[in-house]
Amino acid sequence: MRNVKSFVADNIVTLIFLTITIIAIPFSGLSGSYIISNLIDRFARSSFLVFALILPIMAGMGINFAMVLGATAGQIGLIFAVDHNIMGTEGLILATLVGIPLSVGLGWFSGQVLNRARGREMVTGFILGYFMDGIYQFFGLYIMGWLIPIRTAQVMQIDGGGVRNTLALESVRGGLDKIVSLKVGPFSIPVVTFAVIAVLCLFIIWFRRTKLGQDMRAIGQEQGISHAAGINVDRTRILAIVISTVLACIGQIIYLQNLGNMFTYTSQRQAGYYAAAAILVGGATVSKASIKNVFIGVFLVHALYITTPLAGKALFKSAMVGQYMSDFINYGIIASALVLHAWKNKRAADLARAGLRMSAEAQAAAGGVA
Amino acid sequence: MSSIKTFIADFGWPRIIIALFLLSLFVAAPIVGVDLGASIGDVLNRFGQNAIMVLALVPMVQSGCGLNFGLPIGILAGLLGSTITMQLGLTGLTGLLVAILITIVFGVIFGYLYGKLLNNVKGEEMTIAMYVGFSAVMLFSILWLVLPFNKADLVMGYAGEGLRRSIALEDYWGKLLNNFGQFSIGGTPIPTGLLLFVGLCVFFVYVFMRTRTGTAMTAVGSNPDFARASGVSVERMRTVSTVVSTVLGGIGILAYQQSFGWVQVYDAPLFMAFPAVSALLIGGASVTKASMVNVVLGTFLFQGILTMTPSVINNVLKNELSEVIRIIVTNGMIIYALTRKTKVAK
Amino acid sequence: MSTGTRLLSLRGISKEFYGNVVLEDISFDLDRGQIIGLVGENGAGKTTLMRILFGMPVIAETGGFNGTIELDGQPVAFKTPFDALDAGIGMVHQEFSLIPGFSTTENIALNRESLKTNFACDIFGKRMSVLDRVTMRERAVKAIHTLGVKLDPDMLVSEMPVGHKQFTEIAREIDRKNVKLLVLDEPTAVLTETEAEVLLSSMRALAAQGISIIFISHRLHEITKVADKIVVLRDGKIVKDVPVAGVSVQDIAAWMVGRDVKTKAAHLSVCKDSVYLNVEHLWVDMPGETVRDVSFQVMEGEIFGIGGLAGQGKLGIANGVMGLFPAGGQVTVGGQDVILNNPHAALNSDIAFVSEDRRGVGLLLDESLEWNIAFTAMQAKRQHLIPVLGGLFSVRDEKSMKALALEYIESLEIRCTGPRQRAKELSGGNQQKICLAKAFALKPKLLFVSEPTRGIDVGAKAIVLETLRAYNRDYGMTIVMISSELEELRSICHRVAIVDEGKIAGILPPTADVAQFGLLMSGLGAGKNGDAA
Repeated sequence: MRNVKSFVADNIVTLIFLTITIIAIPFSGLSGSYIISNLIDRFARSSFLVFALILPIMAGMGINFAMVLGATAGQIGLIFAVDHNIMGTEGLILATLVGIPLSVGLGWFSGQVLNRARGREMVTGFILGYFMDGIYQFFGLYIMGWLIPIRTAQVMQIDGGGVRNTLALESVRGGLDKIVSLKVGPFSIPVVTFAVIAVLCLFIIWFRRTKLGQDMRAIGQEQGISHAAGINVDRTRILAIVISTVLACIGQIIYLQNLGNMFTYTSQRQAGYYAAAAILVGGATVSKASIKNVFIGVFLVHALYITTPLAGKALFKSAMVGQYMSDFINYGIIASALVLHAWKNKRAADLARAGLRMSAEAQAAAGGVA
Repeated sequence: MSSIKTFIADFGWPRIIIALFLLSLFVAAPIVGVDLGASIGDVLNRFGQNAIMVLALVPMVQSGCGLNFGLPIGILAGLLGSTITMQLGLTGLTGLLVAILITIVFGVIFGYLYGKLLNNVKGEEMTIAMYVGFSAVMLFSILWLVLPFNKADLVMGYAGEGLRRSIALEDYWGKLLNNFGQFSIGGTPIPTGLLLFVGLCVFFVYVFMRTRTGTAMTAVGSNPDFARASGVSVERMRTVSTVVSTVLGGIGILAYQQSFGWVQVYDAPLFMAFPAVSALLIGGASVTKASMVNVVLGTFLFQGILTMTPSVINNVLKNELSEVIRIIVTNGMIIYALTRKTKVAK
Repeated sequence: MSTGTRLLSLRGISKEFYGNVVLEDISFDLDRGQIIGLVGENGAGKTTLMRILFGMPVIAETGGFNGTIELDGQPVAFKTPFDALDAGIGMVHQEFSLIPGFSTTENIALNRESLKTNFACDIFGKRMSVLDRVTMRERAVKAIHTLGVKLDPDMLVSEMPVGHKQFTEIAREIDRKNVKLLVLDEPTAVLTETEAEVLLSSMRALAAQGISIIFISHRLHEITKVADKIVVLRDGKIVKDVPVAGVSVQDIAAWMVGRDVKTKAAHLSVCKDSVYLNVEHLWVDMPGETVRDVSFQVMEGEIFGIGGLAGQGKLGIANGVMGLFPAGGQVTVGGQDVILNNPHAALNSDIAFVSEDRRGVGLLLDESLEWNIAFTAMQAKRQHLIPVLGGLFSVRDEKSMKALALEYIESLEIRCTGPRQRAKELSGGNQQKICLAKAFALKPKLLFVSEPTRGIDVGAKAIVLETLRAYNRDYGMTIVMISSELEELRSICHRVAIVDEGKIAGILPPTADVAQFGLLMSGLGAGKNGDAA
C-alpha cells in the first residue's frame, strides 16, 4: 500500500497525463493503428532532441531551455546544405558539420551566461532563447544575402532580402529515415534513425560512467562540496551545456529531415517548446532525468498531441478548442511538473524539520520526566 | 568624476546605450523626414498604454518575488472585466468603471491563488510564474470559446458563439481616457486623460508602498529574516504583493485596450509580460528593487525605442530591422538583469 | 604510539586580522603517530591556526602570517588547501562535505576516482575515462578497514546514520596516497557516545600505523583518553603544551578558560525579588543550536548571562522565545504567557531581541538607518505612522522616524553620515549599535541580546556593554545576555548559566572559580558523572 502511494507520488505528472490520454483516445475517434504508426514516426523524429536535456539536469542546471540555440545552429546548417544544393544524406552530413562547431560556440556562450545566473538558470535560459531569436533573425534576414550570398532562388525571400520564412527541405528530406526503411505490417520503420537514437542512448549510458559524467552528477547535487574536492564546477557546467547544445543541433536536423520543411524563424522555438514538456511528462524532474523518462515522455507527449486536440474538438464541437487544447496541455505539463517538484521539495524539507522537532520534543519530554 | 563612474556602474552600460540610442533617434527623425510632433504624440500614447502594466511589476519585485512573468494572469482578469462588461451592454464611463470593478474582483481572486502557489514553490519562481501564466492564457483561450458570451458584436459571426479574436471597443469606452481633455502642442496630441489615469495609478502605488503594509513588503524583499523578526508575516506580504500586482495588471490591460481600441483575447496576452519586464529593467530596476522612477523612465525609454525605431529606421533602410532590434533589446535587457551579480551586501 | 620522528613543527606562528592579534608566537611539534589534543574556547584561535596550516586563501587575503611551518623537516608554505592535501595533510571539518546521492565508495574517491583510459581520452582529455568502479570499491574497503569500522561501501550517504557519515569523511582522507597528518575538527560533536568510542579507537588504530592526528574537541575526557599530548590555546597564545599523562579534565578546563585575574566586581544594579522571566522545559529546533530541555528564571531588573560553547544551544534559547524557530515549552514574562512560534506575539509581550546574526537577521543592510531603527516599532507597535483619510490607512511618518534615528545616533554615539545612510556602510560596532537602537526603540521591559560584542572592536565593545548596563540601571530593564565570551558575561551579569548539549549545565555567580565554568562547558558539571573524579 505504501509502495503504491509512493509510486503514485513519484510519478504523479506522468500518471495525470497518462489518464488524460487514455480518456482522450476514445473521444478522438482515432484508430489504434493510426495512433501507433503516428507515434513511431514522431518518436523517430523527435526523441533525439529530448535527449539533449538530460545532461544539464544531471549537472543541476534544470531544464536547458537554451537548447533552442543548438536547434538554431542545426537550422543554419540545413540552410547551408539546401542553399548549396547538396542532396540527401550528404546534405545532412554537411548540415551537421556546419551546425556542430556553431553549436559548440553557442553552447559555450550560453554556459557562460547561465554560470552568471546561478539559481535562476531556467528562466535565464528561456529568455536566452528569445534573445537568440533576434540574433538569428538578424543573421537570416540581413547577413544572409548581404555578407553571405544566397545561391539558390528557393532559399531567398521573394523580395530578395535574406532567407525565406518557410524553407522547403525536399532535397534532404528523409536523408536519414529513408536510408533503410523497413515495412512491418502497416508501419514503416526508419531503421537508421532508430540506430542513431540507439547509439545516442549508448553514448549517454557510457557518458554517465565517465569521470566527466561523475563530476556532473557531483556538481548537480552539491556545488560547494564538489568545488572543495577540486572539481572545476564552472567548467563542468559549461561542458554540460555545450554537449546539450550540440545534441540539440543534431536533434533538430533529424527532426527537420523527417518533416521536410522548416519555418525558418520559428521551428527552433518548437523544439525547445516541446522537448521540455516531453522529458517532464516522462517523469523527469528539474533535478533528475533518465533515458527511461525520455522514452516514456516522447511517447506520452505525442499521444497527447495526437489525441487531445481531436478529443477537445469532439467534446466541445469546436475545432478551435482542439487547437488551444494542445497548447494548454503543453504549457500545463511544464507548469504542473515544475510546481509539483518544487512543492515536493518544500514538503520534504518541512517533513525533515518536523522529524527533528519530534525527536527534540520526545527528548524534552523524557528529560522533563527525569 | 568618481561619482560619474559610480553612477554608470549602478545604472549600467546597457541603459545608457539605450538612452543614447533613443536620443539619437529623436535627433535623426527630422533629418530623415519623420514628423517629430506626431512621433512624440505616439510615444506619449504608447507610454500611457503600457505604463500601468509596468507599474504592476513593482510590488512583487519589492517583496522579493522577482520579476512577475506571470503578469498574463492579471491581464486575464482585465479581459474578464472588459468582456463581461461589454456582454452586459454597459458603455462609456459607466462601462469602464464597471470593467475596473470586475477586474479588481477577479484580480483579487486570481492574485490570491497565484500568490499562494508562489509561496509554495520558492526557488525557481520566475520560471514557474512564466509557465503558470502561459497555461492560464491557454486555458482561458478555451474558455473564451465556451463561455456563454452571445452579444453579436462580441462573438464570431458564423458560429454565433465564442469570442472574436479582436473585439472593437469603439461603441463602449474606446479612447475614452485618451480623448478626455486632449489638446495639442505644436502638432503633438497630448492624451491628457490617459496620462492622468496613469498618474493616478502611479500615485496609488507610491502611497501604497509607503503604508505600514507597503513598508513591511519592502522589508520582506530586502531581508525576509529581518522582517520576520520584526513580527511581519513573510508569506502574507508576498501574497498581498502578488494580489496588488495581479489587479494592477488587469487595470493595465484595460487602459491599454481603451487606447488601442480593441480587446484582444486568446493568445494575445501570452507574451505581454516580457516587454513590461524589460521596460522596468531599462528604467533602472533590478530583480530585487524597483521604484516609480524606474517605471516612468523605463516605459518612456522602451516605448520610445519601439515607436521611433520603425519610423526612423524603416524610412532609411526600408526594411523591418526594427523588429529585430526590439527582440534583442527586450530580451537582452532581461538577461542583463538576471545575470547581473545581485550585490551581496557585506 | 609516537615513533619519535618529528613530522610537523610550528615555529612562532603569529597572525593578525586588521590589527587584531588572533595568534601570537604559536610553536609546537608533532611526531609521527602522535595524537595532539588541541583545546581552547571559541575564538581562542584554533580555527585560524588550522587555516594557516592548510593554506586557506583567506589567510593570504588578510595579509598572510608570520612564522614557519615544517613538514618532515622541510619548510612548507601552502598556497591552497590542495597543496596541503598533496603534501599529505587531510582535514575533516565540522560540517560534512559529502555528496548525499553518492555511495560511500563514490564519496571516498570523490575527484580521485580510479580511471580506465580509452580512445576518447586521447581526443577530449582525461575526463572522458570511464570510472574503474572495482578498484574504487577496493580502495574504499581498504580505507574502511584501516579505520577499523563497519561501513557499507555501497550505501548512499543520504541514507546513512550520522556516525557513518563522519567515518566516511575520515575514510576519504586516509584514502589519499601518503596521508601523514589528519586534522579532526570536533569530529565527535555529532556522534552518540558509542559512536564516539568507536571513533576514538579508530584514531588510535591510525596512530599505530604512523599517521599523526590533530584532534580538536571540546569534550575534554575524549582528549585525555586518546591524545598523547595536549596543547591549550587561550586568546591566541599557547598556555600549555604538556604530555597528557597525569593531566585531569579539571586541569584542562582551568587552563582553557583560565584568567586568574579576579573580574573587577562591576557596579551591579540591585534586582528585585520577583521573577520576571520564567522558562520551563523549553525546546527549540534551531539548526546547529538545538535546545533540548531548558528551564530557568530571571529576576526583575537582573542581567542574566547565558554562556557555553558554540553549537550547544545557547543561541537557540533567545531565538526560540522570540518565535524565530519552532519551539515548545512554557515561557512567561511578567506573569503573562508568551505565545511561542509567533514573533509578533513575542514583540507584543514587551520583549525585544538583538540577534547574534547581525547581517542576516538584525539589519536591513540595503536600507537607511531610519528604516532599520524604526521598522520594528512601526510593525509591532504601530508607531511612526500617520493616519490618512480618518484612519482608513496610515503611511510612514518619515519625520518621526528621522527624529527617532537622530535620538539614538546621538545617545549611542553611532558614527554615520546621517539617518539616511545605508546600514551596510557602517562598521561592525556601529551596526551593532543600530541593532541595539532598534531594540530600545520598542521600549522593552525584557531584552535578549545575543553575542552583542561578536566581531566588533574593543572600543565599541566597551560602549555596547556600558550601554546595556546603563539601560539596566537607569530603566530597570531586565536583560538576558547570551555570549561565547565568558569574561564578558562575568563582568556584567548577576548570574551566569552555562548551556551544554541543549540543557542548562549549571548556573553560577560571576565570582565563581573559572575552572567551575570550564567544567560545566565540558559537559562534566554537577548533573553529569564523567570521569571527573
